[in-house]
Parts: sequence; structure tokens; C-alpha cells
Amino acid sequence: MPHVKCLRCRECGSEYPIEPLNACEFCFGPLEVEYDYESISKAVSRESIAAGPNTMWRYHDFLPVDRELAIDISTGFTPLIHAKNLGSQLGLDKLYIKNDSVNPTYSFKDRPVSVTTTKALEFEFEVLACVSTGNLMGSVAAHGAKAGMKTMVFYPADLEQGKIQGAAVYGPTMVAVTGNYDHANRFCSELADNHRWAFVNINMRPFYAEGSKTLGYEVAEQLGWKAPDHCVVPGASGELHTKIWKGLQEFNDIGLIENLKTKMHLAQPEGCSPIVGAFETGSDHVTPVRPETLAKSLAIGNPAAGPYSLEVLKETDGTGVYAEENTIIDGIKLLAETEGIFTETAGGVVISSLKKLVEQGKIKRDEVTVAYVTGNGLKTMEAMGDFVEPIQTTPDYETFQTALAAAQKS
Amino acid sequence: MSTKRVRFTFPSELIKEPVIYKLGIDFEIVTNIRRADVRDSMGWVVLELEGDDEIIKDGLDWVASTGVRVDPVGGDIIEG
Repeated sequence: MPHVKCLRCRECGSEYPIEPLNACEFCFGPLEVEYDYESISKAVSRESIAAGPNTMWRYHDFLPVDRELAIDISTGFTPLIHAKNLGSQLGLDKLYIKNDSVNPTYSFKDRPVSVTTTKALEFEFEVLACVSTGNLMGSVAAHGAKAGMKTMVFYPADLEQGKIQGAAVYGPTMVAVTGNYDHANRFCSELADNHRWAFVNINMRPFYAEGSKTLGYEVAEQLGWKAPDHCVVPGASGELHTKIWKGLQEFNDIGLIENLKTKMHLAQPEGCSPIVGAFETGSDHVTPVRPETLAKSLAIGNPAAGPYSLEVLKETDGTGVYAEENTIIDGIKLLAETEGIFTETAGGVVISSLKKLVEQGKIKRDEVTVAYVTGNGLKTMEAMGDFVEPIQTTPDYETFQTALAAAQKS
Repeated sequence: MSTKRVRFTFPSELIKEPVIYKLGIDFEIVTNIRRADVRDSMGWVVLELEGDDEIIKDGLDWVASTGVRVDPVGGDIIEG
């Protein structure tokens, strides 16, 4: 951890040592890791990064942990695919899909959780914990297993069995919390205050958030050390949006890329779009909402990084855009049918929002555009509903030919 | 006695209501405001509460019943 200076409050600027702290003691503002960029710039080059492992840990100099101690389950350096078919449909010649659904637990959460688990061991925590409705719980359970830590996974009692089993297979202690969303939220926040556990997105949040920066670094490197003209990022807490931008800024500041002019667009589902709502009204205040969306992985009604995400939208001339609920599945299908990539509902939100941005003239045909697909479609099969209409046939050739002809006519 | 850090979000129609004052007077909870932004159309206050566990819980239930939204300071922690 040679390049880390301190934790600093995003609101009042107070400085703190590198400890498992989430909030400033004075103003309760969130804390952010601060680095010595002069030291980083002396340590890294395009060549040194390219010579690193084909994982997110090739960027270890930009992360708040020691590379040697990393809990690495081969996360990151996921494909950046030139989406020619989808681009052709949308009217974009240089559209790329950053397919982060192929991480070890099939979502981008492996990036922040890998950093957090490493840091939790460094802080000598014995228990790794989270409260989640899906992707995060699987990632925490997997990393806890790899690290040999006791792992506690809290989840709403009415969660789908598939998601519960997807985390339980790694052997964590599973805790089903009854009651409504607000009660579970408050209860788990109190747990974090009263137990010396590494709650990945509570007391470990400053370190957790840093892992998402690697989604900015990778895209820049994979584009030939250039930043894209546009990024379209799914929005839940808003942290992913701010951290991809931070990653691009860091690369630009130390000279690994030049001429950073990326517009950072944010995509939320209509049923949970507090940041986009504030953007549209020109407010710098994010009013919490009660989520009612198909995109469960984006259902954060009171987004911790909402105000900072709004700042990024303003700073980069980005656009906050929401996908209507009835277009989320359309977005999933469009990506699957054109590029062979099956994403979860958050990806459907991104693709539908991308389509809107093109229709609104925010993105031009020849501009380099990256759409972030952050989770695998197999995780949200229930959201797809019963959409399959197979051709029915008995096992004989004539019947099949007749049925096929009828299907092709309709 | 324990402390709790919370964020109150006021809808426009409740901005002029002395909710925090009543929380102190009626529930005998010590309120300590750390950050706030109050405008014509909305307002939020980040504060620390000090008092008996059960009384703080009752007090927060009352605040929520008035229509003021009560959240943990760090935003929602249940992630997808």
C-alpha cells in the first residue's frame, strides 16, 4: 500500500488515518481514499501495467491494498467487445460493450469485494459481512471462502431461492431478515455499529468503492490507452458512476491517457431513479424514493453517492436518463439477439437508456461509446417471464415441416 | 444510553414544522445537528441522537409517522 496517504472527508475535508471508518466524525460525511499520485506516476507506466496479470490486479498501484496480500479469484480484465450488430441497429459505428458479467461470480461486484476482502484481512477482521439482494451476496460469500474468513450474508427473507442458493453454495452463514426494506436497512446499519465485522459496504465502504475504478482503467487500456467519448453506466448508489470517472481522471492526471473529455451518462430504471430525477429538475439534492422496479440490482432508493454522481454528470456534460420499466426486458433481448450477451436487468436498463441517448442526439454515430454491462442474465431469469413460444411438433418430419412453415408465416 | 446517526429528509409541507425540537422535548432525546440543507422546496438534516435505545426507536417511529423520511446517514446499505 505504498501510494496511499489517508482517508479524507468528501464534505468537510477532514483527514483520517487508514482505518475501517465510513463517516467523518465531525460532519458524518463519507470518507474517500487519498493517494500520492506523484509516487504512483513514478511507479507505473503503460508497459508495467501491460506486463501485469490479466486481472484487475494489474492496476494494484491505484488500489488501497498490498498486491502481495490480494484475495484474487481472477476478477477483471473482462472483454471489451466492439458491438457492431447492436451499433448498426442503434446507429453507432464505434459502440463497445464492457462485459463485466463474466467475472467469477458473474457481476462487477467482484471488483470492490476483492479489494475489501483484502483490506479486511489486513485490518485483522475475522468476519466479512454484507446485506444484499443478489450480486453482492454471492461475491462476498465467494471471497470470504477464498480468504478463509467467517462470512455473514444478510438478505430480505422474501428473496428468490436462486439468489440465496447462489451465495449459500460458498458456505457463508445466511441470515434471512423479515420485515420491510427500511427496517432491514436500519437493522443492518445498527449491526455494523455494534459488531467488529467487516461490513463491505458500510464500515469498509471507502475501500470497497475503490475497486470499481478498475472498470475505468480497463476500458482506457483496452481502447489503446484512450478514453471513450461516452460511457453509459448503470446507477444504483451512484458509486460505480463516480468511480469509473475517478479511474479515468487518475489515468489522465498521471499521463497514461490524454485529452480526457468523456461524457459520463447515468442510466437508472424508471421505478428507482432518484439521481436522474434530480438531474432532470436541475437540483443538487437527491430526494429518496421507494424503489418499485424490475431491476432489483439497481433498487437503491436513497443512494449514498447520489450527490457526487450528480457532480460527475455536471462536470462531464453527461446525461442522466431513465429506462421505462417496460423497456428493460426489451434491452436485455436486444443485446442478446445482436451480440450474444445475456445480461441481467441492470444491463437491460443500460441498453434501453443507450437507445434513448442516441435518439435524443446525445451520442453521435462516429463517437466512441462504452456501455457497461455489469451482471449476468442467468441471475435474473425470473424477470424474463414466460416469453418463449416454441414450435410444437411430434417427432416426425412432416409434422415438423408443417409447424415450421406455419411459424414462419406468423 | 446510546447514540444513533440519522438523516431526516423533509418534504416541502413539513419544512416549517419543529420536528427536531419536539423530538428533544417530547422524547428527551439529545439532538446534535452536524450538517443540513434547508430550502423552500425540501430540506435534509444529518444529526446524532443520544438517549435510551427504546426511546430513540420510539422517537424515530414518531418522526417517520409525521411524514419525514428517516434514513441511516450512509444511505441505503442493502445492495443488489
